[in-house]
Amino acid sequence: MAKDMHKTPMLDALETGPWPSFVTGLKRLAKDKDYVVDLLGQLEHSYETRKGYWKGGTVGVFGYGGGVIPRFTEAKDESGKPMFPAAAEFHTLRVMPPAGMHYNTDVLRKLADVWEQHGSGLIAFHGQSGDIMFQGATSENVQPAFDAINELGFDLGGAGPAVRTSMSCVGAARCEQSCYDEARAHRAVINSFLDDIHRPSLPYKFKFKFSGCPNDCMNSIQRADMAVIGTWRDNIRTDATLAKKWFVKHGMNELVNDVIARCPTKAIQLKEVKDLKAGASVSTVAVSDTHGIEIENRDCVRCMHCINVMTGALAPGKDKGATVLVGGKRTLKIGDLMGTVVVPFMKLETEEDRDKLVELGQKIIDFFAENALEHERTGEMIERIGIVNFLEALEIPIDANMVSQPRTNPYVRMDGWDEEVAKIKAAKQVA
Amino acid sequence: MAQPQMRRAIESGVPDNQQYLHPLLKKNYGNWKYHDRPRPGVLHHVAHGGDQVWTVRAGTQRQMDVFTIRRLCDIADQYAEGHVRFTIRSNIEFMLSSEAKVAPLIAELEKSGFPVGGTGNSVSMIAHTQGWLHCDIPGTDASGAVKALMDELIDEFRKEEMPNRVHLSTSCCEINCGGQADIAIIIQHTKPPKINHDLVANVCERPAVVARCPVAAIRPALVNGKPSLEVDEKKCICCGACYPPCPPMQINDPEHSKFAIWVGGKNSNARAKPTFMKMVAAGIPNNPPRWPEVSEVVKRILYVYKDDARPWERLSDWVERIGWPRFFEKTDLPFTKYLIDDWRGARANLNASTHIRF
Repeated sequence: MAKDMHKTPMLDALETGPWPSFVTGLKRLAKDKDYVVDLLGQLEHSYETRKGYWKGGTVGVFGYGGGVIPRFTEAKDESGKPMFPAAAEFHTLRVMPPAGMHYNTDVLRKLADVWEQHGSGLIAFHGQSGDIMFQGATSENVQPAFDAINELGFDLGGAGPAVRTSMSCVGAARCEQSCYDEARAHRAVINSFLDDIHRPSLPYKFKFKFSGCPNDCMNSIQRADMAVIGTWRDNIRTDATLAKKWFVKHGMNELVNDVIARCPTKAIQLKEVKDLKAGASVSTVAVSDTHGIEIENRDCVRCMHCINVMTGALAPGKDKGATVLVGGKRTLKIGDLMGTVVVPFMKLETEEDRDKLVELGQKIIDFFAENALEHERTGEMIERIGIVNFLEALEIPIDANMVSQPRTNPYVRMDGWDEEVAKIKAAKQVA
Repeated sequence: MAQPQMRRAIESGVPDNQQYLHPLLKKNYGNWKYHDRPRPGVLHHVAHGGDQVWTVRAGTQRQMDVFTIRRLCDIADQYAEGHVRFTIRSNIEFMLSSEAKVAPLIAELEKSGFPVGGTGNSVSMIAHTQGWLHCDIPGTDASGAVKALMDELIDEFRKEEMPNRVHLSTSCCEINCGGQADIAIIIQHTKPPKINHDLVANVCERPAVVARCPVAAIRPALVNGKPSLEVDEKKCICCGACYPPCPPMQINDPEHSKFAIWVGGKNSNARAKPTFMKMVAAGIPNNPPRWPEVSEVVKRILYVYKDDARPWERLSDWVERIGWPRFFEKTDLPFTKYLIDDWRGARANLNASTHIRF
């Protein structure tokens, strides 16, 4: 380090306390890099003045239009010179992670070496969209850093009005609740849209997320324009050994209050073993010699609660697949929107199944590109044009699973009613 | 002089994760039977074929220097056959093929400064944003605020003593990149943007900025003979939407940009349908480096919830049972007129019933 450290009394206060400190990490990097000495200087200046000092710009890599977040300092003295010149450029490379964010140490060390050589040495695992964020490179070093990262088998993610980097849960790799191969679906979909990731030309961002079950660990329903959430159609599976083991540990109060009473549709009943009834849509399991539970699977909404509490004793069924929801996003501009059901169930087992998912994504993105206003997200577009227009344009059949209830007002032109009824009847006869 | 030949990117997209999976995860891919948690911070998964894997989860600072990354790699090489994964909340996970390695790994992680926990019904690491470190529009910092709060909540990270899991997030502006959470901390601006009229014409695409405003409070205007923009300050809701496309419309204010606290966001479908979070406190000062006023409110809500909620009630489930009046009473937070929704769809948030708890 040629440069002396700036005084950073406020940041120093973040080196106390038990949680790992990013300030300590930055100071370690500053021993070798003036770049980070000045970064700490600017950050301390932000802490003192309670203002940010980065502005965007245009920096990229050859052949791509996005994936780099340019940052130029705005912390300048009276003569317009940067107050922290060594860190005047501090660009971030967004890099797509492997599905489920699995790594081996070999590749992590190589990525760290690249960033020590070309960048600040600061890497975030991971950003809110799922990217590995290589934080802090000069304009000159962005290309060589990317080249080295790219040679390791990694590629830039999305930024701006583009398809964005995606995330999928640990899923089939280590979770018994996994209802489809999240990683393969993730990769099949995202790698079909690389042009839309690397060359931003959509009205606004478009995000896919992949969760293996309705626990939705990827927060996809609220954070994705298209959420693929695992589910199943057949009966909840049961395991008598694990059910009894659970009951011995937890007892009747917990079974009643924490499992049965918390079922949102009252699909579970407590019964004496002799009264447990079999049936095509019924799952039963004894928890003791005297008592058991009976689940009417036609009433179950696959919320996951009982399975979460009695993991192993209860498990998702075998006829697995996914529900696809469209339109989730946070506030700007019309207010928060959850994704809503567009495909109640689709299988995701074969290449053909995954091709259908890609095709659906393509149709939605094409429609979005054609019809959304500038800076309008998919959910906002649907809000503006109405879900029925959206579904008809995509040729997706209407399904009562798409609504929480039918309309509550009469304000609609209904002269096409008979025709619609006839269409539905005809479709039923074909099926 | 000829341009140097540029390297063409290999447009490889998302890497195949199979090459990075721990051998036991690869072997039992899609074939897990159940899991349990022998202790907080540890998951024990059992495959249908009988294979077992122990996962130890530890907190990180998310923004990691290469030395921290290499330290974690050393630990993974020693205990976890050279494989790790990260959770969505920036925790690191080490997969172990033998139970005997669990305790030594935990000791090693704790000794190296990585707290073990974040599993089950704990307070996990805070989902957060970039803040002053890297964002171009931040009202506050992210990593620092998270560090300060996690210092105070680390015991709840290490234990599993909450009624259900608690997800926290922080966000440095109202765009809320931190996302929905059981308890979310978000900048809330309280004054309209201050406009640098000298710069608007050169920096901003004015029609795009006008279109960006959710309440149509911005219009083109000639100011001091220059094309600029003006804001109808009575209409302005101080959301800051105009600031990203037009940086001369400075919305961040060291004094008047405050924090609001939101509760009850939940993405999971477990029990009730997913819910959005609701604003329950505001006017909290932006006070680096440790934001003690924010921590105080968050901890107050957290510990009332911990004491009062029944097992498996997420924060939203708990409020659903006790009702909002009692939430404000128990947390001793003022319910003001500003917490009554007046945005579109607001009537759905009014009490259209006589359901009142006395």
